[in-house]
Amino acid sequence: MSTPLTFQTLSGIADQLASGALTSVQLTQAVIDQTAAVESRVNALLSHDAADALAHAQASDERRAAGKPLGPLDGIPIALKDVIAVRDQPLTAGSKMLEKFVSPYDATVTIKLKEAGVVLWGRANCDEFAMGSSTENSAFKTTANPYDLARVPGGSSGGSAAALAAGEAIATLGSDTGGSIRQPAAFCNVVGLKPTYGLISRYGLAAYASSLDQIGPFTRTVEDAAIVLGAIAGHDHRDSTSFKTPIPDYRAALQEKKGPWKLGIPKEYFGEGLDPEVGAAIEKAIEFYRQAGCEIKEVSLPHTEYCLSTYYIIATAEASSNLARYDGVRYTHRSPDAKNIEDVYFKSRSEGFGDEVKRRIILGTYVLSSGYYDAYYLRAQKVRTLIRQDFLKAYEEVDAILTPTTPTPAFKIGETTDPLSMYLQDIYTVGVNLAGLPGISVPAGFTDEGLPIGMQLIGQPYQESDLLAIAHTYDSAHDWSGRLPEL
Amino acid sequence: MSNTPDLNIDRVAELARIALTPEEKTAYAAQLGEVLKHVEQLKQVNVDGVEPTAHAFSVENVWADDVAQTGLSAEDALRNAPAQRQGMIAVPKVVD
Repeated sequence: MSTPLTFQTLSGIADQLASGALTSVQLTQAVIDQTAAVESRVNALLSHDAADALAHAQASDERRAAGKPLGPLDGIPIALKDVIAVRDQPLTAGSKMLEKFVSPYDATVTIKLKEAGVVLWGRANCDEFAMGSSTENSAFKTTANPYDLARVPGGSSGGSAAALAAGEAIATLGSDTGGSIRQPAAFCNVVGLKPTYGLISRYGLAAYASSLDQIGPFTRTVEDAAIVLGAIAGHDHRDSTSFKTPIPDYRAALQEKKGPWKLGIPKEYFGEGLDPEVGAAIEKAIEFYRQAGCEIKEVSLPHTEYCLSTYYIIATAEASSNLARYDGVRYTHRSPDAKNIEDVYFKSRSEGFGDEVKRRIILGTYVLSSGYYDAYYLRAQKVRTLIRQDFLKAYEEVDAILTPTTPTPAFKIGETTDPLSMYLQDIYTVGVNLAGLPGISVPAGFTDEGLPIGMQLIGQPYQESDLLAIAHTYDSAHDWSGRLPEL
Repeated sequence: MSNTPDLNIDRVAELARIALTPEEKTAYAAQLGEVLKHVEQLKQVNVDGVEPTAHAFSVENVWADDVAQTGLSAEDALRNAPAQRQGMIAVPKVVD
């Protein structure tokens, strides 16, 4: 049986568009139809505009008919996490604070996708202001995991992962501050890439923790991730932390770079708390690389146990500062009960923010407050240095690091109510953000219950070509993403 | 780092400009107390002589050419304002 159109790979679809076997209008209509068929169960999208998408698909087909296609992404429907600005479209960040906000401008990645001819399709649900690991913190809806509707899709980019897994888009974008692309990718059997900090402009991304946030793609294959990355990476003067580095042809690198590589296995990522089925799947992946001629070497990242604490101090501190902009004055919810300016601040923020956002702002405010700054924030920044040095030291011996993406497969909706337990979900992913490194989650099998398992590969700074080539070696030899959800 | 995290929830909520209900205060104080207990582990790390990291790849002195560019129009800048008057954002009276 052939794979239904909206579950096919982006590269395969691009070939069909290029050959004329398929039009963007047909493809976009298929995505609209699939969304109509499954969205009431999956709840991955906060909004979508079929007429707008079809108009852009039509324009794409006309460009192609005129012999002027804009590249491999021309005519491909891609949904964006609802923290990325698209002019004249809503941007809620999953929050009541921005329930009525309509973006007056495009994010840099949006501009780049438009220039590539992408059909922008749908606003993907997420945890409020990207704070969470299950997408249960969205103020609007709870997204289900397409592989088990009683389970979470992960988070915070859960809508982006679930939409792709359910065939509601051909690729999606998310953002990753502590694992928010990689963890939902692992839970939903798709590829999720968090590039090196600074590779993709954050201009137009609703900020959570600015020194950690990165935008990245969700795709069905590593090759597809290479295509999307190539379209959105690059220096941008509007993001002062954007890095000036040449952008190679990531897709071509997949063919050019064949290894064999030296892969590091950090023993700290295989200890207590790792689900045995996840551990077994990752062991099989390691064995695959060994058989492929790679050198497998145990490495140590000794400060791993401090990653989570360091992350939650730094991320909440930055969040408390970033989210001060939501003051009820200029472009957000304003409390109808506000009688004076103090009310505008206190009541609007109290009504507009949900529980987890309030908790993180409170924690971040506390760790930055007078008398506690040195003990918490400054100390965490120093431990961050040590965590980063751990990785850079490991890279003296290995090309990349291989770990599970998550300690467990997807958990049940409503099951994890204690904030600290939820934070522990990010235990294998936050170190990558603290160190600013690129990381990718690749489908690596299923549990006996049929829940997806993800393998994480962590690369060296700005060496996405190598990271993608290493990931592609495994991904192109397996077809886990071909196992579709039963919806 | 103090031995017992002493999170004064009233004081911190005031600093954060968030009005919390008594229920929220009780719940957050307990939940964040647990989180703070967890992060106490950072005390074990020897950070003597370690420089703090603010950004993984520090980029300093980023200059842009001084070129005039079109910004948001007033109409665009105001389109999400909760209240506006005569091309300005309106707020409750600040000075009596």
